[in-house]
Amino acid sequence: MNYEKEEFFAPGHGMCAGCAAPIIVKWVLKLAGPNTIVVNATGCLEVATTAYPHTSWRVPWLHVAFENAAAAASGIEAAARAKGEKLNIIAFGGDGGTVDIGFQALSGMVERGHNVLYVLYDNEAYMNTGIQRSGATPWGAWTTTSKVGNANPIGKLQPKKPVARIIAAHNAKYVATANPAIFNDFKKKVEKALSYDGARFLHVISSCTTGWRHDPSKTVEIMKLASDTGIFPLWEVVDGDLENMRITYKPKKFKPVEEYLKPQGRFRHLLKNPEYVKKLQEQVDAWWAKYGHHYNP
Amino acid sequence: MDVITRGAVITEPGNSVENKTGTWRVFKPVINYDKCIRCLICWQFCPEPAILRHDDEETKQKTPAPKEALKKLPVVEIDYDYCKGCGICYNECPVHAIDFVKEEK
Repeated sequence: MNYEKEEFFAPGHGMCAGCAAPIIVKWVLKLAGPNTIVVNATGCLEVATTAYPHTSWRVPWLHVAFENAAAAASGIEAAARAKGEKLNIIAFGGDGGTVDIGFQALSGMVERGHNVLYVLYDNEAYMNTGIQRSGATPWGAWTTTSKVGNANPIGKLQPKKPVARIIAAHNAKYVATANPAIFNDFKKKVEKALSYDGARFLHVISSCTTGWRHDPSKTVEIMKLASDTGIFPLWEVVDGDLENMRITYKPKKFKPVEEYLKPQGRFRHLLKNPEYVKKLQEQVDAWWAKYGHHYNP
Repeated sequence: MDVITRGAVITEPGNSVENKTGTWRVFKPVINYDKCIRCLICWQFCPEPAILRHDDEETKQKTPAPKEALKKLPVVEIDYDYCKGCGICYNECPVHAIDFVKEEK
């Protein structure tokens, strides 16, 4: 049965105008259908879609705490298994609730091999509490806890945590990075993730108009630039076989990283110094030099 | 609901539709049905979701689309009760069939 024309995510939620997270959520739910239970980590998505006594979810939905979406999803999966019910159990977490705070619960869920699809919507900082840096914040980004000034003209000094590779290294059934702006690739990966049994992990980039400091209408355009500049590469790994990682998307010609930086206020300071832009370009080029041969559309 | 439920359980699915977020809007997207090629990209990317798609003869009659446009299905319609005016549809429309105009109150 195809549920693409139905909406399991209702309007009237409090997500910012131009937020990309609802685009990801509505498509994951459309492709999963009504036979689904959702578990949500604390974050923008949880707070803004379930302002008591209202909910935007038309499928059963559970929130427990910040750190344990994966643990709660594991419990639901174990109960469904004991009852002999076949359900889609999907956990949604932001980068804070996945890459940092919920990481041990997620690691345990994948190690135990629970039949859960975990979707990380990665907006690259703690946006819900006011743009604090997280493990997923990229190098050079301004946040309120990686401030830019004379003492530190760069912003965040550490690179982004390669969380999808870490989860793949757990021998998860299926791990992929995806970008809703590269829509066909995104949709294929969600469908593929839903088709497997076992622990599955999707790392989806999710632009944040408030924290990335850009015009709300540019959300999809900027996310597309993230993959067209090579900053957010799209790949997949089955059964933890990182040696045979498959890069699924590569632009015909890579755009320079400036194009991704320019529309975003969080990178404005980098553009003042060509050295910093060059340094970021080198980081991106190094990734593609190391892994580019895995491209296999 | 006037009583707080045990465990803050919300029993009515999708009741956030009671929040009319259309009041947030500063700019308003308006579809130009003469230019629309029915690619559904606006429907695909609307984060609310506040773009409705009509695939059948029955519901399309309620849309504001002119009669001429209704000959070709599906028809998209913006639900101004919920549209927050982010402008993603306006920015992503490949044939510039969506205008983005200042909201008049």
